[in-house]
Amino acid sequence: MSLALPISADSSALAESRQRLGRWQRLPTKAKVGAVLLGFFVLAAIIGPMVTPYDPSYQNPLPSLSLQAPSAAHLLGTTQSGQDVLSQLLVGIRLTMQLAFIVGVVATSLSVIIGVSAGFLGGIWDEVLSLFSNVFLVIPALPLLILLLGYLPQRGQTPTILVLSFLGWPWGARVIRAQTLSIRNRDFIAASRETGERTWRIIAFEIIPNEVSLIAASFVNTVLYAIGVSVALAFIGLADLSSWSLGTMLYWAQSQQALEVGAWWWLAPPGIAVALIGTSLVLLNTGIDELGNPRLRDASRSSRIGGQKVRPTDPTPVLAATRSRRGLPAFLHSFSRSAWLEEGMEPQRRRTGLEDRSLAPGGEQR
Amino acid sequence: MAFVARRLGFYFVAAWVALTVNFFIPRAMPGSAVEDIMSKFPDLQPSAYKALEAMLGVGHPGSLWHQYLTYLDDVFHLNFGTDLIEYPAKVSTLLGQTLPWTLTLVGTATVIAFLVGTGLGIVAGWRHGGSLDRVLPGLMFLQAIPYFFLALILIDLLAERTHLFPIGQGYAGGLIPGWHWDFIGSAVYHSLLPAFTIVITSLAGWMLQMRNVMITTIGEDYVLAAQAKGLSSHRVMLTYAARNAILPQLQGFGLALGFVVSGAIIMEIVFSYPGIGLLLFNAVTSNDYPLMQAIFLVIVFAVLLANLIVDAVIVFVDPRVRSGEGAR
Repeated sequence: MSLALPISADSSALAESRQRLGRWQRLPTKAKVGAVLLGFFVLAAIIGPMVTPYDPSYQNPLPSLSLQAPSAAHLLGTTQSGQDVLSQLLVGIRLTMQLAFIVGVVATSLSVIIGVSAGFLGGIWDEVLSLFSNVFLVIPALPLLILLLGYLPQRGQTPTILVLSFLGWPWGARVIRAQTLSIRNRDFIAASRETGERTWRIIAFEIIPNEVSLIAASFVNTVLYAIGVSVALAFIGLADLSSWSLGTMLYWAQSQQALEVGAWWWLAPPGIAVALIGTSLVLLNTGIDELGNPRLRDASRSSRIGGQKVRPTDPTPVLAATRSRRGLPAFLHSFSRSAWLEEGMEPQRRRTGLEDRSLAPGGEQR
Repeated sequence: MAFVARRLGFYFVAAWVALTVNFFIPRAMPGSAVEDIMSKFPDLQPSAYKALEAMLGVGHPGSLWHQYLTYLDDVFHLNFGTDLIEYPAKVSTLLGQTLPWTLTLVGTATVIAFLVGTGLGIVAGWRHGGSLDRVLPGLMFLQAIPYFFLALILIDLLAERTHLFPIGQGYAGGLIPGWHWDFIGSAVYHSLLPAFTIVITSLAGWMLQMRNVMITTIGEDYVLAAQAKGLSSHRVMLTYAARNAILPQLQGFGLALGFVVSGAIIMEIVFSYPGIGLLLFNAVTSNDYPLMQAIFLVIVFAVLLANLIVDAVIVFVDPRVRSGEGAR
């Protein structure tokens, strides 16, 4: 590969990167913001623990270093026992993200396996697997987790990961099953079956590639769930309290009454970090949604065709009519929606409200 | 009616699964709950070992099948055993004391959040691209904030510093619970901040979902037809678009309830609200196993019951379900 075409490789790489850039630009704004925000936290999780200014568990015996407000030496201040909050935060982001990522991978794999099998095999398999996933959907997860972890003698990372993964798959499985059902009866599946493809090959190379966006969405959702639940569990003390995660940080800050003694810098960073990671995931998911369903896109985002703004849901504009308007084309054009826009006529605007969404170009309602 | 029968069957299975899981968890866990309790309470006589075993069902008196049947019989008669911590209080008495608090608070807050969120979602979907759409990222941030974190901040700002609201608890100290105005007023006053927290964190979810379904529904031909007939915008929005968009929203309600309940448990812990979530927390921190298991069952059954009610509403509002087309 590396030997081939030293000159054209350059230009094709350029073209490819330009294409990639184009693809990035076409993403909805929400997805972009979410991806950048998430990228920041992933980066913090990867390099954060290597650049911590202090040992997060080191308790500084100097009383003057207890509960210090943010300063140059301690950018996010110190805890009651003189530990550096920034160092704890950097290590905590790593641990929380790591847990959520593992749970996301395991639970999403489970939901793909179960969802695809239920949808593809059909019959009694479908009945049993759907019933199973619906039952676990309806049983609230957190009480079950509390019960399970309450019985466990030691509450480390591993049991939490196992239990969260075991309870995190049903939602994804349900969505993936529905999609599999609708793909199963399409022609290309029938064709590959006729040509003698094996079942596992059809599943792996025909069905799953068509569900990538759903799988991505369910992964994002699972990660979101894992972060929320693991932080909540740690907050009520059902975690390994000697390790630093965002949840245990919140646990210690709360149990030593950070807010009552006015040490907001102790409680706020982990809470805001959780909220920002959560927001980035929600934004990313909304972005994925909008990518798949053009109707949901922000109405102010529109592309220009033939010099006029067209939203994705508008009917295809008549290009010839918008360019030259004389004679018959102009007469015909006067019936089209874009003509109303340009003339600012907006017939029956007050009456139906339909124009509010289908006629108004983005800026009009502002 | 086929729909109702099907759903009833489903809830029956779900209840059975929850009961069975609850039965097997203590038996499948490593370590012995009994030894744990014995070490926690040095006062206990060695003879209590057998009694504890029998109570927790870990000593294997009789076959597993026999234990299982006894367990089901006990649950059926609401006999959850004796509490370990507040000995000799019955677990069912403790549940009876705390459950009304949770049901009232969480129930009211959830219904308010659902109604307000759905209402805002209808408007946001109808005026797609309008000003409501621009506050969505802010709402998503609110939704992503952990329940308890927001609660802690609210307590600090509105209760600790400004004394607008009481700091936690269900009612003012010194009052005797009962049906008199002092107590009811105090209870309502104490529930305002917790309820507000639940509403504000779960609002965005309902709103976002309703908005998205609404936008998709507006694209349907019958909405266009209704507008073409010249019906008022108000009427098209409510009785044509929202009327149909609310069906998926209702179906989502039952499934989202699990999350609401989970959030409410944490909320009660933060506010030291005398509900079932706080009871569960206290049970876990003091290794009160019989109480933990009973609370788990109560929560599951409450969620199942709420789902059943939602299903009844769906039967009422969705004619397709009544005629058996859109079963499930």
